[in-house]
Amino acid sequence: MNIEAKQQEIIDEFALFDDWMEKYEHIIELGKDLPLIEDAKKTDDRLIEGCQSRVWLDAVVEDNAMRLTADSDAIITKGIIGLLVRVLNNETPENIAKADLHFIGDIGLAEHLSPTRANGLASMVKKIKLLALTALA
Amino acid sequence: MIVNKQILIFAFMTDTLKRKFSVREIRQDFPALRQTVYGKNLIYFDNGATSQKPQPVLDAINRYYSKDNANIHRGVHLLSQQATSGYEASRNYIKQFLNAAASQEIIFTKGTTDGINLVASSFGETLKKGDEILISAMEHHSNIVPWQMLCERKGLMLKVIPINSRGELKMDVFETLLSNKTKLVAITHISNSLGTINPVKEIVAQAHAVGAVVLVDGAQSIQHTKIDVQDLDCDFFVFSGHKVFGPTGIGVLYGKEHLLDSMPPYQGGGDMIAKCTFEKTTYNELPFKFEAGTPHIAGGICLGTALEYLNSFNIDEIEAYERELADYAQDLLSTFEDVKVIGTAKNKTSVVAFVVDKIHPFDIGTLLDKQGIAVRTGHHCTQPLMDHYQIPGTVRASFAFYNTREEIDTFIAAVEKSISMLR
Repeated sequence: MNIEAKQQEIIDEFALFDDWMEKYEHIIELGKDLPLIEDAKKTDDRLIEGCQSRVWLDAVVEDNAMRLTADSDAIITKGIIGLLVRVLNNETPENIAKADLHFIGDIGLAEHLSPTRANGLASMVKKIKLLALTALA
Repeated sequence: MIVNKQILIFAFMTDTLKRKFSVREIRQDFPALRQTVYGKNLIYFDNGATSQKPQPVLDAINRYYSKDNANIHRGVHLLSQQATSGYEASRNYIKQFLNAAASQEIIFTKGTTDGINLVASSFGETLKKGDEILISAMEHHSNIVPWQMLCERKGLMLKVIPINSRGELKMDVFETLLSNKTKLVAITHISNSLGTINPVKEIVAQAHAVGAVVLVDGAQSIQHTKIDVQDLDCDFFVFSGHKVFGPTGIGVLYGKEHLLDSMPPYQGGGDMIAKCTFEKTTYNELPFKFEAGTPHIAGGICLGTALEYLNSFNIDEIEAYERELADYAQDLLSTFEDVKVIGTAKNKTSVVAFVVDKIHPFDIGTLLDKQGIAVRTGHHCTQPLMDHYQIPGTVRASFAFYNTREEIDTFIAAVEKSISMLR
């Protein structure tokens, strides 16, 4: 499944919920499926410090594919990372660099990715994209 | 055609004419409270960050820009005269509201932060290497950083009054920190993160005894308790308009006249000069010396309207009601096994901050938001205080006189639901 198809899958999945709390219940569940970064790798250079919650991200390119593991101290942040990882994990740097991550807005979670929302998620996406671009250079 | 002939005056209401306190009626005055978010009735518990605006303030903003808009202090025409008289009438009203000795002691600023920076820059100029400044462990970043910057610039020493586990100042340590080196004590009246009411009158008396001046950060007190700057005897008192039902971008620095007179100007520009030549410029008298450039005229006028609105009630009644709300919320939250209230001072008001065992404040805040409840989460611009408690932040519910017990009941149920979802 390509990035676009994975985004569509998530959009369809979220269309089933008609209540915000159900949506967030789902996000909390998704956080539990996140491929967790090893504790030993939770170092300062992998930490994205938000004003509210913190995100640890390990992103490496292997066999022309981005391998992502992450964690956060907030469960909802973790769930949203889970969604981002689901869409981007194991994709090529090229596909990641040009990906338009519209699904976040489509499922009504744009607020979490706005640059003023200090939960580290916007910086996390930037970091993944930057790494993809570096791998391409 | 509109005929403009109204002259703005503010009426200082005497106690006998005050409105009866009725939260139901008060809520009618605040249009922002009558809305739904995510399909739920909005419960606004983020008053520590900013307050909602009553209809008279909204009308005054509209009126100013629809009719009176003109630059002040310089025009020969009617609109300029009206805008000037409105702006100065507001200054005079604020003087009465704070019980300042004279209206030239009221300096309009952009807000609390701006007022503190003004004092740090201007009064700070008079300080010398080795002098000491005292702040407390519960200060907002705005009452820490300007002093740190000043200390760095002038080689001064910044000392911190510690707090106990309830979030009260250790007054015995304060006494030992005071010396003839202490030149300024900058202290919050009410803590934005804890709700603690500090004994500022006592602090002022003790600081004065060693010859130090005192700046009181009133950002969180002006809307909750009666302020009498002469009774407090503080040298500076700063607050923001937007936290007291007025517009953003306007605030007040009160300063004792002799101090303000002895201080150099903060910024240069229009309005603050008496005469300007390339050789030498002489400065305008107070308060204009500290008000360079075209000010926030609408803000200044409408801050007067906001305080006039607040003063149409008996502030003691408001204070008692808000304390009751905070106590009620705190008592209910304390019954949760895994909830810890941060800030349990004996003398506190209008703020209840808490953490939940093994759950991040951001998660609780996000789920409360989706249930229609606006709270603030995080460190509340008091990172050193969070470090003291060794927590990343708290969930803070902060109340105003338009909040109700029913809203607190809904909030408590929503907290319970959020915790169960996050477990």
